[in-house]
Amino acid sequence: MTRQTFSRRGLLKTGAVGGAGLALPTIFTSQARAFTNAPTGSTVTLGFNVPLTGAYADEGADELRALELAVEHLNGGGDGGMLQTFSSQALDGTGILGKKVEYVTGDDQTKSDVARATAQSMIQKDGAVMITGGSSSGTAIAVQGLCQEAGVIFMAGLTHSNDTTGKDRKANGFRHFFNAYMSAQALAPVLQNLYGTDRRAYHLTADYTWGWTQEESIAAATEAMGWETTEKVRTPLGAGDFSSYIAPVLNSGADILVLNHYGGDMVNSLTQAVQFGLRDRQANGKDFQIVVPLYSELMARGAGQAIKGIPGSQNWDWKLEDAGTQAFVKSFGEKYGFPPSQAAHTCYVQTLLYADAVARAGDFNPCAVVEALEGYEFDGLGNGPTLYRADDHQCFKDVVVVKGAENPQDEFHLVEIVEVTPTEQVTYAADHPMFAGGALGECNPGA
Amino acid sequence: MDAILIQILNGLDKGSAYALIALGLTLIFGTLGVVNFAHGALFMIGAFCAVTLQKILTISVTTIDPERTDFLGNPLKVQTPYVENWFGPEIGAAIVDWAVPLAIVLAIPVMVLVGFVMERGLIKHFYKRPHSDQILVTFGLAIVLQEIIKYFYGANPIPTPAPSAFRGSLDIGVWLGFDPFTIIYPYWRLVYFFFAGTIITGVFAFLQFTTFGMVVRAGMADRETVGLLGIDIDKRFTLMFGLAAAVAGLAGVMYTPILSPNYHMGMDFLVLSFVVVVVGGMGSLPGAVLAGFLLGILQSFASMNEVKSLLPGIDQIIIYLVAIVILLTRPRGLMGRRGVMED
Repeated sequence: MTRQTFSRRGLLKTGAVGGAGLALPTIFTSQARAFTNAPTGSTVTLGFNVPLTGAYADEGADELRALELAVEHLNGGGDGGMLQTFSSQALDGTGILGKKVEYVTGDDQTKSDVARATAQSMIQKDGAVMITGGSSSGTAIAVQGLCQEAGVIFMAGLTHSNDTTGKDRKANGFRHFFNAYMSAQALAPVLQNLYGTDRRAYHLTADYTWGWTQEESIAAATEAMGWETTEKVRTPLGAGDFSSYIAPVLNSGADILVLNHYGGDMVNSLTQAVQFGLRDRQANGKDFQIVVPLYSELMARGAGQAIKGIPGSQNWDWKLEDAGTQAFVKSFGEKYGFPPSQAAHTCYVQTLLYADAVARAGDFNPCAVVEALEGYEFDGLGNGPTLYRADDHQCFKDVVVVKGAENPQDEFHLVEIVEVTPTEQVTYAADHPMFAGGALGECNPGA
Repeated sequence: MDAILIQILNGLDKGSAYALIALGLTLIFGTLGVVNFAHGALFMIGAFCAVTLQKILTISVTTIDPERTDFLGNPLKVQTPYVENWFGPEIGAAIVDWAVPLAIVLAIPVMVLVGFVMERGLIKHFYKRPHSDQILVTFGLAIVLQEIIKYFYGANPIPTPAPSAFRGSLDIGVWLGFDPFTIIYPYWRLVYFFFAGTIITGVFAFLQFTTFGMVVRAGMADRETVGLLGIDIDKRFTLMFGLAAAVAGLAGVMYTPILSPNYHMGMDFLVLSFVVVVVGGMGSLPGAVLAGFLLGILQSFASMNEVKSLLPGIDQIIIYLVAIVILLTRPRGLMGRRGVMED
């Protein structure tokens, strides 16, 4: 009979080695999952934070349709849509990295505080690894900040303020939609051709972040070509009746009215400006004109006949003739019975771009996704060759200049394309003064 | 001078809408003692009566045009309104064109019915409850009504143009000796102003010169005594609720060419209309009308660039500032009666 004896030192050594051996696999595992909401099962969850109530509920509903279509295509359903035309072939219809894509939705009500709360719920409760959607710069900036803190990726929806990728830019946030500066750069030469260089412009501007940057951008671009800005008047968001603001335009000496309004404000201010006969009158010996820098098909529908001949700009239009646009319009149109809006398009594209970045990186880690998207050049998603610039996470691509159709054949043809402005014309330096004051910072993987 | 005249004119149509809504609010408060926060929703439902009639009149028969294609490349489905098939293209198009004024005919019975159902089905159960309970329940009702409208009509504004005969604008400045295009005022806003004047006159005449109106006024002054005389005052007050709903609804119908209706428009007017009622004097019908026009005009003046440059943001708070000043100097409002909401 042998008798084993354990010394205290031997026991400690054995325990330490054994413990280290047992802990070794979990060290690797914990490193692999060192980011927020790392998908562990056979599925991955995306968060679609769109306005389902409030003033932009129609945009939100269209965004959600497109997002659901994107999920269907990513999971191999339908006709594949833009997956067929996307220059990257990393996506094969088997979800993202072999995980089936699932999604949760939230109603941001176009309110910044609500948008943050719904996004937070998606991240904390539902385990969303990416948030997208939205139809306002106010909500986009709020949710982008939250995603940066939480360590998830934010693929912005419809947000047009310079600040989203300017002073409020964040490393975890990316914007496909164009911005106010790009609108102004695309629109100014068209305005010069239409109305000449000797003009006096009166601005009515929605009094919040988007309106301010839109006014600053279009005023600078038109002043550079010789126009004079007579007045810049801020109007409260959702004013409804703009007659008190429109009436002073009559005797201001201006011959152009620039409406830096969007949504219901644009519908009402434009309709009322036309009712006040602005387009029927002459000022300074010229026909009085109205300009709406940011257009939307849904808004054009609201403005009805008032929109005829009014110039503006869009991020995208379903009537573009490239293969990507045609594939998306076919998928969306056959599923829902009408063409997609630009809000729908940008959300669909953002979802594909996120999935593609994960696939190319081979990792859901937000920092790997950021690395894959920064400086990424792609094509086939409806706007021609596009760059996701590393400096500010803003997409650079063609901009569509449009005007209200004079004789629309149906409710889907209220807007007609005037020209497609090439990327070079709307590109600006990363340190441009209108985008100054912010920094991307470091990507945050969270957890 | 021209700028002042323009803002007075602008204030008149805005004031007309405030006055009409405030008139209905005061009628309900004066008769039933209910603070009805769903009154703005009635204005909104009236506006959607115009939208509904426009949709009904444009219900179309579909024909295929093989020569043209839709956005998917399929043969185009051409929609032709039935009214154009039945009455010919010109008359049919004219009927569709006049959808907003014609909607008055639809709105009157609809609004009286909505008012009746609202009063009998919900609000009467809260007559003896505190005003705070009435405010909560009617505010909740307003939210329910606007969500129902949004479910069926969407959230974006729906264009409801005035008849083409009223789409231009009148050069009032020329009449007054100014240069052409100095003072321009849209025809439809003039129509709205005169329409509001007619409705307000009609309501006052109804209350002043009919037996029904006399009983209602007596009931507003002393409900118990009128009841003791064997008059069923509750039934008359229910009818007054229907009348107030119809006034708000008609205000909404005729306002649609000025402001494309959306589901939230009632709420936008409600708060301001309550301020109008308080400034005019709780329960005072002339006070509501006077305050409606007064605050509408003051709000227009506050939007002038000259005023805003001196007092930035004044356009958004002027109504509340005036309300504070009036309530400090005349606690019962401009034409308020002693004893109303003072128990």
